Amino acid sequence: MNARLNEIWVYLAASPLLGLTLTLLAYQGAVWINRRCNGHPLANPVLIAVLTLVALLWISGTPYPTYFDGAQFVHFLLGPATVALAIPLHAQLGRLRRLAGPLLVALLVGSLTAATSAVFIGRLLGASDATLVSLAPKSVTTPIAMGIAERLGGLPSLTAVLVILTGIFGAVGAQWIYRLMNCRDPAVRGFSLGIASHGIGTARAFQIGEQTGAFAALGMGLNGLLTAVLLPWLMPILMRWMG
Amino acid sequence: MLKAITLLLLFQLIGETIVMLFRLPVPGPVIGMALLFGVLVLRDGASTELRNTAQSLLQHLSLLFVPAGVGVMLHFQRIADEWLPILIALPVSTFATIAVTALVLRGLQREESLE
Repeated sequence: MNARLNEIWVYLAASPLLGLTLTLLAYQGAVWINRRCNGHPLANPVLIAVLTLVALLWISGTPYPTYFDGAQFVHFLLGPATVALAIPLHAQLGRLRRLAGPLLVALLVGSLTAATSAVFIGRLLGASDATLVSLAPKSVTTPIAMGIAERLGGLPSLTAVLVILTGIFGAVGAQWIYRLMNCRDPAVRGFSLGIASHGIGTARAFQIGEQTGAFAALGMGLNGLLTAVLLPWLMPILMRWMG
Repeated sequence: MLKAITLLLLFQLIGETIVMLFRLPVPGPVIGMALLFGVLVLRDGASTELRNTAQSLLQHLSLLFVPAGVGVMLHFQRIADEWLPILIALPVSTFATIAVTALVLRGLQREESLE
């Protein structure tokens, strides 16, 4: 019996089916837990699903690349989903036109705050150069951040992880910050969350509401573009300035 | 559904091509999003089919980040070595960014509506 089970395991562990199914199961379990907690920000679906899967892979001794063979089918959908963000964005066209000036100023200030504060705090607490460069693009969406880190001499795969942690921190903490600031405007909430925590913040913003989500998508897209242009130029200045 | 998905993939493909062609530092899907946005502005909106497909895709946006997030297991060592700067810099910087952006946008919006 045990030999037979082992045979089945060896077969399944090597096929993409298992990684894909586990990802979907872990995510739906995480959504279920999130609902049971009345959507409490700490019960973040990405966080719960990632922790569950890491624990499962660790216990079963499965290497990440084997898991990713299956999970890549989900990962692939990030591309078309990013393109699809144009649609809720377009629904806010009227408000976008009226707010263009303030949005652009807030974008510039937010983008600079995101990169500068991360590098500054990291350096203060003794992070290595490679970690600092991987930290700097943490607020922009994973594929852009990885590209930037690679060009500046950071570690792209570490950047991917820092970006996702940033997303989770933003998604978890945003509600408290808005409460503290007494901020209810969906445009302000969404835009700041999209700039600070990219796609995961945007996913959280869509849970709050359609309009919040649209402005988060806008913040995420614009900050991705701006950071890609700004950081290769800003990073050497920051590194020199902090020694 | 099928038409809408084809359209999204097509815009992604155009985006990727433009990025390769001009060696832009931005990923293809972001250019694809900008192009589709431009087309929607010109054509005055999306079809119902496209709207519904986008909505069902974006409803589970969180799911799409899970595979990359599990990659955290590749970096346990570095995170263990540098846990203090990482675990303080990330949340503090993220919260500061949210607060500063929200304050600036709110301040400028008020100023504009007063004029």
